Amino acid sequence: MKTFDYVRPATVREAVAAASAPGAAYLAAGTNLMDLMKGNIVGPSRLVDISHVPDLDQIEDLPNGGVRIGALVRNADLAHDRNFARRFPAIAEALLSGASAQLRNAATVGGNLLQRTRCAYFYDVASACNKREPGSGCDARGGDNRLHAIVGWSESCIATHPSDFCIPLVALDAVVEVEGAAGRREVPLEMFHRLPGNAPDRESALGPGEMIVAVRLPAEAAHFAAHARYLKVRERTSYAFAVVSAAAALRMDGDTIREARLALGGVALKPWRVRDAERILAGARAGAPAFRRAAETALAEAKPSGDNGYKIELARRIVSRALALAAAGTPERVPALPASPFATASGDAFHA
Amino acid sequence: MGLSTTLTVNGVSSTIALDDPRITLLDLLRERLHLTGTKKGCDRGQCGACTIIVDGRRVNSCLALAISHDGADILTIEGVAHGNRLHPVQEAFIAHDGLQCGFCTPGQIMSAIGLMQEGQAGDDPERIREGMSGNLCRCGAYQGITEAVLEAQKILDAASRKEVA
Repeated sequence: MKTFDYVRPATVREAVAAASAPGAAYLAAGTNLMDLMKGNIVGPSRLVDISHVPDLDQIEDLPNGGVRIGALVRNADLAHDRNFARRFPAIAEALLSGASAQLRNAATVGGNLLQRTRCAYFYDVASACNKREPGSGCDARGGDNRLHAIVGWSESCIATHPSDFCIPLVALDAVVEVEGAAGRREVPLEMFHRLPGNAPDRESALGPGEMIVAVRLPAEAAHFAAHARYLKVRERTSYAFAVVSAAAALRMDGDTIREARLALGGVALKPWRVRDAERILAGARAGAPAFRRAAETALAEAKPSGDNGYKIELARRIVSRALALAAAGTPERVPALPASPFATASGDAFHA
Repeated sequence: MGLSTTLTVNGVSSTIALDDPRITLLDLLRERLHLTGTKKGCDRGQCGACTIIVDGRRVNSCLALAISHDGADILTIEGVAHGNRLHPVQEAFIAHDGLQCGFCTPGQIMSAIGLMQEGQAGDDPERIREGMSGNLCRCGAYQGITEAVLEAQKILDAASRKEVA
């Protein structure tokens, strides 16, 4: 690991000033950054430790009915906050399906949004990677790319964004509050992560020195609480990134879907909202035919970036099943195996 | 810059000079405080062998910078027994063969103590397995580990009922 200057600002303003220097990086829990630094994938010359900045760890109900989640709220604290989980159950389920209990106890909301791809070629410093080293090429193309992107990818980069948390967030119109030298601004989460294009090293809407201070959900996001699920296929039952995942949230009137929200994970370099599929569901009768139509629409633009054509049909089936689970109703409690295709509604497992 | 961090480790508070900002809590415990019960497995947050309890929460000490944890209260495997009396989780691991080679065991036990404090798993074996999934055991002692956590939970539940009564 390259060594660095360590700075511990007391306020957001001090943090932004310290992080505006070239080569600086923000440190919160470090659950992703330490790993990347140990592997020499990144080597910041200055770490700006924001973990001691006060007031960034609050979950606040807003007067307009929305909620504001501070950037330093830990994943586990958000998922287990009863009031939050009751209003936004798909977000709690997504959080609990990610990483391990130890990591969720440390990892922060802001860090989750800014985590880097898990593409093995990004992690392997001996491989060509346009994201790690612009212009060097992409060894994932023609490499082991079973898990790579099926939408939004480019010849420069076929990596995916690994977040679970971001999938229901983007479906529910989350907004990211950002502070920089020029003051505070807001970015809809849907616009926060960038698709690779020909500059995969530019990953988010953040400018130099800008930091995430909070993530906000509008009041309408809670209207889906009775029919909201997250479903995630992994290569092992627990403690693995998504091969494909989906967040589905419905506003129901009897058997009729009034409004639908749908987003996919593991398919692109950003959380992938599918508004065309949402429109198809609005007004439709809940059931397999409508769910399948929505799934076909959601993946209409998909194309394999390598040996991952299977992910397209897998994603269609995960979308259909997430919609069916959402229509059946949010369980009282997050299932024993959160977001698992191996869990039944009651939380019992199919496997031994 | 003279870096230092003040930590309370297993009830004992001390200020430790750091000659390098890169030192993790794991390396500090093992190399500076000679508390080698906490194990270095993958050193990348994937195996859970380095699990300790920081301010009441189980975390991977290999990913935690010591300098960033100034003021933290830390519990390691060395601090869970009372003199010669083992912690109920330690006893349950022995009684249920929750280990073979033993390398992952300190992390498993610290994780189990953290899991029980979190109070999310109760006596549901599936929730226990899910809650313990951040601790890998390459000997495959998972069955015994789950039984040990169930047993320890039962003992601690009975003890807390007695306290209430």
